[in-house]
Amino acid sequence: MAWPLIKLLPQKTNFHFVKYARVMALISAALVVASMVGVFKPGLNMGIDFKGGSVMEVSTAPRAVDLAKVRTTLQAQGLGDVQVQEFGSADRALVRFQTPAGGDAGATLANVKSALKQSLGDPVQFINPTAVGPKVSGELFRSGIIALALAIGLMFLYIWFRFEPQFGLGAVAGLLHDLILTFGFIVLFKIEFSLNTVAALLTVIGYSMNDTVVVFDRLRENLRKYKKMPLGEVIDLSINETLSRTIITGVTAVMALAGLAVFGGEALLGFSVVMIFGIVVGTYSSIYVGAPIILLWGVKRGDEEATPIKLGAASRP
Amino acid sequence: MLTLSRWKIIVVTLSLIFGLVFTLPNLLPQKTLDALPGWVPHQKLNLGLDLQGGSYLLYEVDTDALRAERLTNMVEDVRTTLRNERIEFGELGEAGGIVRVRITDPGKVDQAVSLLRRTIGGPLVGVVGGRDTTVANKGDGRLELSFVPEAAKADAAQAVEQSIETIRRRIDSLGTKEPTITRQGSNRIVIQAAGESDPARLQAVVGQTAKLTFQMVDETVTQEDMIAGRIPPGVVVIPGTQPGAPPIPVAKRALVTGEDLVTANQEFDGQSGQAVVAFRFGGSGARKFGDATTRNVGKRFAIVLDGKYISDPRINQPLPGGSGIITGNFTPESAAELALLLRSGALPAKLNLEEQRTVGAELGADAVKAGGISTLVAFITIVVFMLLSYGLLFGGISVIALVINGMMIVAAMSITQATLTLPGIAGLILTLAVAVDANVLIYERMRDEARAGRSPIMAADAGFSRAMSTIIDANVTTLVAAGIMFAFGAGPVRGFAWTLSIGVFTSVFTAVLVSQLLIGWWFRAARPKKLPI
Repeated sequence: MAWPLIKLLPQKTNFHFVKYARVMALISAALVVASMVGVFKPGLNMGIDFKGGSVMEVSTAPRAVDLAKVRTTLQAQGLGDVQVQEFGSADRALVRFQTPAGGDAGATLANVKSALKQSLGDPVQFINPTAVGPKVSGELFRSGIIALALAIGLMFLYIWFRFEPQFGLGAVAGLLHDLILTFGFIVLFKIEFSLNTVAALLTVIGYSMNDTVVVFDRLRENLRKYKKMPLGEVIDLSINETLSRTIITGVTAVMALAGLAVFGGEALLGFSVVMIFGIVVGTYSSIYVGAPIILLWGVKRGDEEATPIKLGAASRP
Repeated sequence: MLTLSRWKIIVVTLSLIFGLVFTLPNLLPQKTLDALPGWVPHQKLNLGLDLQGGSYLLYEVDTDALRAERLTNMVEDVRTTLRNERIEFGELGEAGGIVRVRITDPGKVDQAVSLLRRTIGGPLVGVVGGRDTTVANKGDGRLELSFVPEAAKADAAQAVEQSIETIRRRIDSLGTKEPTITRQGSNRIVIQAAGESDPARLQAVVGQTAKLTFQMVDETVTQEDMIAGRIPPGVVVIPGTQPGAPPIPVAKRALVTGEDLVTANQEFDGQSGQAVVAFRFGGSGARKFGDATTRNVGKRFAIVLDGKYISDPRINQPLPGGSGIITGNFTPESAAELALLLRSGALPAKLNLEEQRTVGAELGADAVKAGGISTLVAFITIVVFMLLSYGLLFGGISVIALVINGMMIVAAMSITQATLTLPGIAGLILTLAVAVDANVLIYERMRDEARAGRSPIMAADAGFSRAMSTIIDANVTTLVAAGIMFAFGAGPVRGFAWTLSIGVFTSVFTAVLVSQLLIGWWFRAARPKKLPI
């Protein structure tokens, strides 16, 4: 072949992943705790999908928008939590507000529009007005949470069915780890938590699972092949054998999504960044969360009984 | 595994043709497409509202109001029924969803019960001979009337059906681009109007109940009575539609309702030149209207729209023809709108706008552009990366599989007319990225097997067969995630899930079958001594 084959990775790697499992477990645990705390305080930046309320752009082009006037007009309407900010250019403002309790989201939006039309005078345009009532936002939030929980549950069942319970536990621990860290990421960068974010999280779950399955599949095969090899070494071997695939697939996915993040515009930035982060964490977790859990629990090989192995004991080469 | 069986070739060829034929409409300009004969597929990708711009409105039938109204009517029905049969009663009222009445003559309690059982309420939908109301005798002449639990659900379902029909009629007469109107859940209606970035007109015609009634004004109730709150039973005080119009007392029971209208049009009054709404009742409505106007000459009645009176004219002469006009400070536009609403009938209950999403056409076009560029960038990235990793031949084969994959996804999306949303484009990109994963798994496996000392043909064969179970496992998990998104997601998320699911099937198909065929052919032609990956 005349084509200069670029091997991105050495043909055969022999990293001792398990050796660092304990350190990595500590780091992971610390990050998981930090993320969980973060979700409660400062908390998620809820979009109107889940919080309810309205958002729209107000344009008074060619005049500049009188932000103060917009603000006082909105406050006079007796709405909770009003936000007004310049959007893109001086003649555009982004307006957000809550629907008062018991109010009709659509009617409130209509009232606000007519009040703004009166106070700002012609010409005024309302661009992309969106309103979500409290009932709908509550339902969307609930179904989002149910979807996430169900996804994890079904993944567990599938792995249990295809592999053994220990594998299922390892996979779910990995999933939860990825999910929680991604939540932490969303909190840290104040990414809006919306329907799209939930879609991104579900995709992260799917990808993380996909990645874990590939490693587990090889692990199961090697457990049958090398019956006498200590579990820690089998795990190391399986991770090393699948490493080039893990990295090639991970890098393609991240690069493709990076294109989306850069060229996808504002609407898709948060969405794609969340997925990129999730894929990176998902790749890490299939090496350092999924497999070591199996190590802790032990696994049934052939006709032997399951024998848990102490993490420290596994670090010998 | 690497044998080139005939069925494999046939399946791949057929799906290739399928992909080409159904992708083509998306690539041709509209003019060329229109010129093609009818048997050529014309379906293009169905862009979601976020990509082509448009409005999404979600209305919920106000079932509480519906219930309250039915209970009010029940009280009035009980009153009229008992009065007509000259059964004396007292303590008639409604509280907590139960209508209570006390029959004062103990001898007539049984007669009252059977009478009310026969006449009050309506038939229960889905139960032959069943009625939606129960009448319970609590002793001492006390009767309790209530709706059976199933009635609420049936009412809501019926209200939604009726509302959808009415909305369709109203929108049809607006003459704008046809929006889609669908039912969601038990009491919701979704209206999607593509290309409509200002749904104000849509909202104006949909958001109004437009319940028209003619009610007698009770002239025995004085201004002082109203202020003191001394309102006789069966009378209610309502406000006017005009600002500053004084509230007036009217009989709760309507003489005639808008249901009996056959036509309503905007006209100009011959004398004043003002815009008015001319209406005509038909059949029993005309008779009722004629009778009522004959009986009540000299008295005032109120023309009431959605609980507010438009005007309260005095009946100067009987109107046996069943037609008349409504005056009331209309502009020609507002009169035309009211006429339209009256013509298409009232909504059975108030509709609350629970969710509204609007995307301007400009933003939609930007999103399409951004999505297109990102897809292209992602595609080029993947191609370069695969060629670098696996060489011109094997990398190239996976790229060919990827192109076929992309084509099949577009074809499948066009046929099913599944909505492509902005997150859907993201799903597409992710699908393409993960699709090469199947190829990566196969190739890595081949490398392993070759390293273990197998001959090229054996290694290639084992690569496909051994990687299979991993590929299946990995894709089932993605499919599960997509299935959940589809079941629980709303709008854009569903689009994403749909793209992802289609992508799972096409990518397994192309990565496994298509690349297997290509590699098989290459093996047959080149008979290599060494695996070039």
